[in-house]
Amino acid sequence: MALRVKALESLMVEKGLVDPAALDALVDHFEHKVGPRNGARVVARAWTDPAYKTRLLENATDAIAELGYQGGQGEHMVVVENTPAVHNLVVCTLCSCYPWPVLGLPPVWYKSAPYRSRAVIDPRGAIAEFGTELPDEVEVRVWDSTAEVRYLVLPQRPAGTEGLDEDALAALVTRDGMIGTARL
Amino acid sequence: MSAPDRLIPSRDDERVFAEPWQAQAFALVLELHGRGAFTWTEWAAALSDEIRAAGPDDDGSRYYDHLLATIERLAVKKRLTAEQELADRRAAWAQAYRNTPHGRPVELGAEPLP
Repeated sequence: MALRVKALESLMVEKGLVDPAALDALVDHFEHKVGPRNGARVVARAWTDPAYKTRLLENATDAIAELGYQGGQGEHMVVVENTPAVHNLVVCTLCSCYPWPVLGLPPVWYKSAPYRSRAVIDPRGAIAEFGTELPDEVEVRVWDSTAEVRYLVLPQRPAGTEGLDEDALAALVTRDGMIGTARL
Repeated sequence: MSAPDRLIPSRDDERVFAEPWQAQAFALVLELHGRGAFTWTEWAAALSDEIRAAGPDDDGSRYYDHLLATIERLAVKKRLTAEQELADRRAAWAQAYRNTPHGRPVELGAEPLP
């Protein structure tokens, strides 16, 4: 595989179609600069600032950009809110569409055929496999991310966290909580 | 449709890229897209085709194999390169690897080892 990448990359560089320095910068960005910590900041801000939360639910792309997170695969974001009555789950049934600026790159299981199909056919069962049993009365909504629209789950703020500041709250937010395979 | 017993193949998947070539292939996709070689909708459709062809037992671990196959296919389709050119270049790199002593950087056109 390494040889095949080398072959294509060297041809593209020679033809002036890509810039090697830009390739290095992209790798560095995705290995070190983006990840679920960004999304956790967004969630923690929404938990502590009601006006921000309103903006986030109305226009997620702009509200997320307020915190400096934007770019590839975050151009059209939609945030869906978990409530005591509704739990949201995000999947990309066709491939691996995922909100990079707030979550980084997706975990391996998100790209697997079993997750991509089970999340739609049996979302409750899929969530249970991640260790979360949802009560029967909780409605599960499944959101299929595409090349155009990407979803982020706004988890419920855990009980007993009233005294925590934004940093402490952000530390409680997990990647799986923002995909919807876990409840915080 | 058969689903494996366990939905989550592995929890030990926190590293962004398992191998350097995956990062390079991924960056190549972004850079070509950023320079307008194809739209993201075209990319997602092509990648979806590749992933669909892998079938229901695909556990996600071969994702970057699919990604590389897709970018190769798209590069040919968009006439950024040609199949023969790509094949020749692969052969040249394979030769360079064989000709380069262990520990030295591999460069195209390396002379055969004595």
